[in-house]
Amino acid sequence: MSSTAQAVHYEEHHQGWFERWFMSTNHKDIGTLYLSFSFLMLFVGGSFAMLIRAELFEPGMQLMQPYFFNELTSMHGLVMIFGVIMPSFVGLANWMIPMQIGAPDMALPRLNNLSFWILPFAFVLLLSTFFMPGGAPAAGWTMYPPLVLQGGESIAFMIFAIHLMGISSILGSINIIATILNLRAPGLDLLKMPMFCWSWLITSFLVIAVMPVLAGAVTMMLFDRFFGTNFFNAAAGGDPVMYQHVFWFFGHPEVYIMILPAFGIISEIVPTFSRKPLFGYKAMVYAIACIAFLSFIVWSHHMFTVGLPLGAEVFFMFSTMLIAVPTGVKIFNWVATMWRGSLSFEVPMLWAIAFIVLFSIGGFSGVMMALVPADFQYNQTYFIVAHFHYVLVGGALFSIIGAVYYWLPKWSGHMYSNFWSKLHFWSSAISVNVLFFPQHFLGLAGMPRRIPDYNVAFADWNMVSSIGGFWFGATQLIFVGVVIHCVFFSKAKAASRVWEHAYGLEWTLPSPAPHHSFTVPPVIDDSQLAHGDISH
Amino acid sequence: MSQPDANVYYVPHKSRWPIVATLGMFLFMVGAANWLNGHDTAGQVILALGALTIVGMMFGWFGNVIRESLKGTFNSQVDTSFRMGMMWFIMSEVFFFAAFFGGLFYIRTFVVPWLGGLGDKGVLTNGYIWQGFSAAWPTNGPEAIGGAFNVTSPWRIPLINTLLLLSSSITVTVAHHALRAGNRKRLIGFLGLTIVLGILFLFGQAIEYSDNYLHLNMTLHSGIYGATFYILTGFHCLHVTLGTIMLIVMWLRCVRGHFNREHHFAFEAVSWYWHFVDVIWLCLFLFVYIL
Ligand code: HEM
Ligand SMILES: [Cu+2]
Repeated sequence: MSSTAQAVHYEEHHQGWFERWFMSTNHKDIGTLYLSFSFLMLFVGGSFAMLIRAELFEPGMQLMQPYFFNELTSMHGLVMIFGVIMPSFVGLANWMIPMQIGAPDMALPRLNNLSFWILPFAFVLLLSTFFMPGGAPAAGWTMYPPLVLQGGESIAFMIFAIHLMGISSILGSINIIATILNLRAPGLDLLKMPMFCWSWLITSFLVIAVMPVLAGAVTMMLFDRFFGTNFFNAAAGGDPVMYQHVFWFFGHPEVYIMILPAFGIISEIVPTFSRKPLFGYKAMVYAIACIAFLSFIVWSHHMFTVGLPLGAEVFFMFSTMLIAVPTGVKIFNWVATMWRGSLSFEVPMLWAIAFIVLFSIGGFSGVMMALVPADFQYNQTYFIVAHFHYVLVGGALFSIIGAVYYWLPKWSGHMYSNFWSKLHFWSSAISVNVLFFPQHFLGLAGMPRRIPDYNVAFADWNMVSSIGGFWFGATQLIFVGVVIHCVFFSKAKAASRVWEHAYGLEWTLPSPAPHHSFTVPPVIDDSQLAHGDISH
Repeated sequence: MSQPDANVYYVPHKSRWPIVATLGMFLFMVGAANWLNGHDTAGQVILALGALTIVGMMFGWFGNVIRESLKGTFNSQVDTSFRMGMMWFIMSEVFFFAAFFGGLFYIRTFVVPWLGGLGDKGVLTNGYIWQGFSAAWPTNGPEAIGGAFNVTSPWRIPLINTLLLLSSSITVTVAHHALRAGNRKRLIGFLGLTIVLGILFLFGQAIEYSDNYLHLNMTLHSGIYGATFYILTGFHCLHVTLGTIMLIVMWLRCVRGHFNREHHFAFEAVSWYWHFVDVIWLCLFLFVYIL
């Protein structure tokens, strides 16, 4: 007993700045690192978006060379996906999973530190390409050959950065699986576990299955460019479309990697502020598992127009539409949870409701694009851009912000400003629609994506969209203010159970939560749990 | 040696090795990228620095864990976490290979027949761009990229290599049983034999590769056949090399008596890894060499 108890207390002693942040084995510190890093990257990727919208404010070329515009769109996508959405979900997992399952920390704390620290280095590699001869990668975040292979010195750096990000997220996922399967407090059965843990458990399997596939795709590219192989050259019996298949075999599960943890978060927030247990908990678990499974057999819906055989088009059309079924189960269950609940609209709940609405809009346009004949019109237009921004900004990002507002008092021990956080919400919720809704119209009217200039016919809605963009971007500065104020300056102390009807182990810990969440396994009291056979 | 208490959670001490590891990986990749871009000297120096850092880190990190393990700091819960970690790591490796196998199958079942004129996809390319190209495997495509080449018979070196790896999987299992039975001599002998078999396999691959290059003109440039062949067998070779190094480390640790009948996670992890490279090889033998 004594030696391990010492191990647990060892870190309570004063530790230097370097030790604390660079050598950490603490899930909270590492979670904070992840979240801070992705917050920073949100503004890096966001500034690219501001430049893109500025160029598109009016028809004609105003600010930049077309090639630089292409660099911006490509890097915007890569930074937002690998630098913002994925790491912030991992950061939330780090903070919350040990607290939600009654564990002291992640199962493999040193590996955890490794997973995080790979990321800043990967992004130094990636972002440095802006300053290289030939500029940053400019063929889109999907990096299709042969176009991407015509880039300058950036290609090798881009590929290695992707490798590093892949290693980071695979190691992170291994850790999450080991934590959830091995460190749950005795008595916390899998089917009593919070939905957030469930969603991350399943997401982790997706990560382990598809990040290596992306690594394989870019490795083939590396060989084609530098070692004289011909994977993507039809003259040699290869095929550029093969890259697209391998890439999207990764790519579609990847979009679910970016949304399943969001489902988990929303399933935590909605019951709390509806003062009712989650409707159909088991169905929610099965729905996530079902979505995860289906996500492996729909990838070619990204390739409907490359010239697939008819049978493939039909198969992928139906399998894609099938995904809407378990997704619908989730939407209906959230709504049913709210139905006849005693709703109150604290800030996290506002983000959760906005999530449900905006994600549904993105889901609907998704089903539209799943129809092969219709997709021939939508493909490569702004309609696609509108679709994935509704699911990724209105969906994933909104859920992350909601999660921060939900758990920040638990992390910091203080409440944030009600006024400013509500202003942040309303301003974001309105501007995000001003920003992205018009892009549906532009796409339907035929405006292609990834272009710096456009027909004057598209001028009006582009200007509206740009205004929404600057508005949304500026609004996020409020978020910075709210978070900094809450962590460093707020005087309002948060209770252990921050929200009146919040259930689950994390709310049994004081706010701020102690350095090591649980040093001995807690005794599970079903009435304190959010899910399972409970009635509160 | 005090026995760790399974009812108290264990959290490891802080460690400097993760950050050293990332630094090493970063240097390695910056070096490699510079080298590829033709900045040879700078690239090589940075790459070497990175590689040294990584090797040093491995000695430091694993050494640290081994010392902790010998002191008996890990309870059974930690042991399970390690096991899960290794299992899912191997799983991710499986998917890495799956990407290349998937590519191979796609090329062979769809792309090459289409280039040969099959179906409505094939009509145009075969009718207008590459008239009269007839689908076959192995191929280096309609423009015969890399020039005419020959392939080795699967029934010579590849067959021998298959037998070598298969028997090495058996010997490592025998060693494992010996470890559990507490039979040190048998353990060290059979583990040593496994290493020898692994090295012989690598030797066989080296002969095969040089034969391909020197006599058969089957190189990385030999169209899609050369590309898929070398990426699959090459990465497999790399994994066998790593596996062999890990086996050697395990052998040294066995000689030093690091393992006992209950506590030998590291040994098991390496043997799982070894079985994994074996299974990958069987798939390679079937899909790359025979079919
Ligand atoms: C009901 C569920 C969904 C369906 C039916 C669906 C369907 C589709 C289809 C058919 C496309 C390809 C359109 C084209 O390129 O012509 C597409 C693109 C895309 N979807 Fe979805 N989707 C769904 C949900 C999601 C979710 C949840 C996310 C992410 C969180 C997402 C992210 C994306 C992205 C990023 C693209 C564009 C990729 C690119 O070309 O750059 N989708 N979706
Ligand atoms: Cu998709």
